[in-house]
Amino acid sequence: MSAVVTIIRRELLAYFTTPIAFVFLVVFLVLAAAFTFYLGGFYERGIADLQPFFQFHPWLYLFLVPALSMRLWAEERHSGTLELLLTLPLSPWQAVLGKFVAAWLFLGLALLLTLPIWLTVNYLGDADNGRIFSSYLGSWLLAGSLLAIGSCMSALSRNQVIAFVLTLVASFALMLTGLPMILNIFRGWFSQFWIDGIARLSLISHFGGFQRGVIAWYEIVYFILMILFWLYATVVVLKTRRVG
Amino acid sequence: MLEARSLCKSFGPIQAVKDLSFSLEKGTVLGFLGPNGAGKSTTMRMLTGYLTPTRGTALIQGHDVQSDALAARQCLGYLPEGAPLYAEMTVRQFLTFIARMRNIPAAEIPERLGETLERLSLTEVACQTIETLSKGFRRRVGIAQALIHDPCVLILDEPTDGLDPNQKRDVRRLIQSMLDDKLIIVSTHILEEVPALCNRVMIIANGQLQADDTPQGLLETSRYYQAVTLQVDDSQAAASALSDLPEAARIELKHHELTVFPREGAELLPLVTKLAEQYQWKVHNLRLEAGRLDDVFRRVTTGLEA
Repeated sequence: MSAVVTIIRRELLAYFTTPIAFVFLVVFLVLAAAFTFYLGGFYERGIADLQPFFQFHPWLYLFLVPALSMRLWAEERHSGTLELLLTLPLSPWQAVLGKFVAAWLFLGLALLLTLPIWLTVNYLGDADNGRIFSSYLGSWLLAGSLLAIGSCMSALSRNQVIAFVLTLVASFALMLTGLPMILNIFRGWFSQFWIDGIARLSLISHFGGFQRGVIAWYEIVYFILMILFWLYATVVVLKTRRVG
Repeated sequence: MLEARSLCKSFGPIQAVKDLSFSLEKGTVLGFLGPNGAGKSTTMRMLTGYLTPTRGTALIQGHDVQSDALAARQCLGYLPEGAPLYAEMTVRQFLTFIARMRNIPAAEIPERLGETLERLSLTEVACQTIETLSKGFRRRVGIAQALIHDPCVLILDEPTDGLDPNQKRDVRRLIQSMLDDKLIIVSTHILEEVPALCNRVMIIANGQLQADDTPQGLLETSRYYQAVTLQVDDSQAAASALSDLPEAARIELKHHELTVFPREGAELLPLVTKLAEQYQWKVHNLRLEAGRLDDVFRRVTTGLEA
């Protein structure tokens, strides 16, 4: 366990000693605000809730999470530090988990920094804070899922641009598996039972419940399983690379 | 202490390492030599558990690097090729990170850190970020991370590559100062440093072990071993006189220097000096050859004479 904590600390240090943290947080906050106020019509709606804020989170994450996750493994592989890291006395699982949790905590910090908008909405009217809390939780879980996908894609390549593009495509597909465009790809090969199953994987529809203020245990389990699946895939990719 | 058991590694159709077995004891400084692409780094990566062997395995202090990887790695310090480091960290931050990963108790870390910085003359740059350091300093940081936990097996992949002569000497001194209680494996293609540094040499080529001996033992297999090289005013006359010696197997003239190669077991030096006195040659230079490693290296790795 202490190995995981040490990795988390090193990763967070790396974010904050390079311009990554500053640039990412500023861009995240500016874009979140722009979406909320211009596209979401926060004031024009005349309702004291954060619906216009949260509804754009999936699209914000679609571009920003791959930008954060692309460096996770591709950079280590490119600079050779992967060899240093993986010959230290820790298991690949610990390394994967440590790097993921650090990035996830960092995204959590980005979300925490949006708290002024929560204060604003409470100042303007009688907001449903339970619903806002569940939306924050759902948003963080969604970000974690995309981050775990990005971790796996980053382990596949030493090139960060490739990692970014692969993550973007995989995230987009998983967000919208419910759309006919995606389902039609599978229709020729699978029975309706499986097509329905694939449709239910959609990240956006699982986020929807949280936005309505429902914290269902099976929704949390869904996101946790999604994260664990992709982290496991990351471990498998790293191990496969070692076999050569 | 370290044992390689028929290590094999294939990358697709390419066999990088073919059935490599050896065993090493503490107090050994092994020079691991071979041409580029011979399989040196691949072998080291298998010993450290970074690459999974296609067949075979290795044991460090009795721990299998595959099935008991964490215990094996705990006894091991490793400098990967090119000394990769986290460039955005300061030297102190980086070494603290490594010390924590190596399970050094938190209370001991400051002391251990101070010792290691001192030992590698890194104290003055401890608070600089690694990306601002020169190549020599970076290499030393790489070595520092490999020995901060005082491992009993140290594997250094080209530790002196790209360093200036003073830095090379410093690294060699450091390695020799640790000799007593450790096993040290050093890969290099700088042959001159091998006799000064190592007490055992392995040469691999095409993924196979081609020679395994002491540096002296290897030198003795050189065709230059016990040969006499001299520089005189009239090389032609001297060459014809020397060729009449029954003990001389062969004479070569290169860059105005004559080299006389002995027949098996013959002692040439007294005979050559006697001839020089007899014919009153004006001798500018006369030396007994100790053998040349580059000659051995070339013969062992390519089958050709230097």
